[in-house]
Amino acid sequence: MGIEKYKKGTKVLIKGNEAMAEGAVRAGCRFFGGYPITPQNEVPEYLSWRLFEVGGTFIQAESEVAAINMLYGASACGTRSMTSSSGCGISLKQEGISYIASAELPIFYANMIRGGPGLGNIAPCQGDYFQATRGGGHGDYRVIVLAPNSVQEMGNFPKLVYDLADKYRIPAMILADGLLGQMMEPVSFDFDWVDISKIPSKDYILNGCKGRERRVINTLHMDVDVLEKHNWHLFEKYNKIAANEIRFEERYTDDAELIIVAYGTAARIAVDAIVKARKEGIKVGLLRPITLWPFPEDVVAKLAERVGKILVVEMSLGQLVEDVRMFANGKSEIYFYGRPGGVVPNPEEVLGVIKRAMKSNIKAGEFCHLKKL
Amino acid sequence: MPFKETMKIFKKPDCLTKIPMRYCPGCGHGIVHRLIAEVIDELGIRENTVGIAPVGCSVFIDEYFDCDMIQTAHGRAPAVATGIKRCLPNLVVFSYQGDGDLAAIGTAETVHAATRSENFTTIFVNNAIYGMTGGQQAPTTLPTQKTTTTPYGRDTKIHGFPVKVCEMLASLDGPTYLERVTVSKVAGVLKTKRAIKKAFQLQLDGLGFSLVEVLSPCPTGWGITPQKACEYVDEVMTPYYPLGVFKDLTKK
Ligand SMILES: Cc1ncc(C[n+]2csc(CCOP(=O)(O)OP(=O)(O)O)c2C)c(N)n1
Ligand code: SF4
Repeated sequence: MGIEKYKKGTKVLIKGNEAMAEGAVRAGCRFFGGYPITPQNEVPEYLSWRLFEVGGTFIQAESEVAAINMLYGASACGTRSMTSSSGCGISLKQEGISYIASAELPIFYANMIRGGPGLGNIAPCQGDYFQATRGGGHGDYRVIVLAPNSVQEMGNFPKLVYDLADKYRIPAMILADGLLGQMMEPVSFDFDWVDISKIPSKDYILNGCKGRERRVINTLHMDVDVLEKHNWHLFEKYNKIAANEIRFEERYTDDAELIIVAYGTAARIAVDAIVKARKEGIKVGLLRPITLWPFPEDVVAKLAERVGKILVVEMSLGQLVEDVRMFANGKSEIYFYGRPGGVVPNPEEVLGVIKRAMKSNIKAGEFCHLKKL
Repeated sequence: MPFKETMKIFKKPDCLTKIPMRYCPGCGHGIVHRLIAEVIDELGIRENTVGIAPVGCSVFIDEYFDCDMIQTAHGRAPAVATGIKRCLPNLVVFSYQGDGDLAAIGTAETVHAATRSENFTTIFVNNAIYGMTGGQQAPTTLPTQKTTTTPYGRDTKIHGFPVKVCEMLASLDGPTYLERVTVSKVAGVLKTKRAIKKAFQLQLDGLGFSLVEVLSPCPTGWGITPQKACEYVDEVMTPYYPLGVFKDLTKK
């Protein structure tokens, strides 16, 4: 039923969570392990029948800890695998993600962020930016973080996630908020059904040592020289990813006197505010990081040199703004507007913030928290 | 009658690598490794097997077994085994776990793999102590047993009671085969091998979850000689952890 229904180019109206789940299956996902948590429950619910249709495996695990380790096994034997959760569950998965990062296995995981910290609430939020972009688990490692801002991108990014994860042998994730998971929008998948038998075979997977030397997947390196070498190897890989895989969207930046930096849902709201501002003659532009790691650092650096004011809008309390400040490196005034706890700002509110930032006068390199102005 | 040529009648199983094992003298792990390797050889499944290393003294088994191996986080082996076996059901998958790994930090993974009756085999080495980290209390540490974190002996009022894994899992409908054995004496070693072979065989037959619990000496952790450690298994551990088959769905 699904395959026919979701042919390349066919427009369908579905929820973001379902689009992501269908996108994953189309991209070759054949294993899902997960544990229910709002606001991502549509993902396991969808995959519980959809993976069955395509001969894959769906397991409702006993915990997120178990789920991520099931992926460790599934990916170790070469299966495109997926798990999804919200912040609380991703916290539990960090242990496994660290092992998977060290073992250099490709997996796809998604965090449909809810309000935090603690049990928080189930409203859309961006409070897990640090958790995602700083790795979250123990040790020196990175994961690729993609931030969609529409149901369309929720559907198309899984293919990109798997391709990047396979190419670099790295865990890769989609970081979005509950709003992107819950809302319905038209989607047309922009990639062909991936024939899993045509995915190039991997020379590191465990499938029995018949006709070859045995293989070992291991993350324990007792010899400090060996472990240091492994860390440097990972470092080089991360540099390669940072050099080649940065993705972002710029809008109205050519003549902008103020640039908003925002991702995901916050970026959509920012665009609405920008359109309103431009109608009033205020020249505002947008930088939307699509990869949150690797972060579009050069783009921020260049914009900071050219544009006097940068306003960071996020549904969290000063996480994205840390990266922006780091790469703006004192070249621009930095304004910040954040709504944590599951509150989604509206475009009028952001327009008000734009106006305050335009009128304010702080030194380049200084940081101004507009909520407190 | 004199032999014409030298005959090799005892050798290392093919499924063990040449790497020397790093266990203490008198440790049970090495014996259990050998038995698993012999079983794999006898069943002719070496090239089709994936073994799973735990965290504990046996964390290095990925070096010792000459088949595909994966090393996992502390306690998570059953979840990793689940992922592998579900994706490639024709593989033979075994997890090898100590008591801390299986019955403390990994209890949930163990219970749920068992209750789902995942079709893999767990070899559970119960030495009543945390060997690798230097002899702390394990979930299976016996009442009154001294460890580095129960210096006055395990007081059940303070530290609770030991976990009896086979008995606990036997209360579930999922598991197919659960047996507790010991490697403290030759007869027990032979019995242990039969149990391991049965567990692997029923995995090959697609019958579901099997676990063999091996009571095993840890002379270093217990602070006694290897000989005394074997006596301790027989005289102190076995009365608390009775040997035998706790569940066997192959016998109807
Ligand atoms: C998450 C985590 N917690 C703690 C440890 C430290 N640790 C390593 S081995 C071990 C205990 C292992 O004991 P057991 O499973 O009984 O195996 P044995 O060494 O006795 O064979 C612990 C606590 C760890 N590696 N990871
Ligand atoms: S500490 Fe105990 S379990 Fe570990 S190798 Fe020594 S004897 Fe064996």
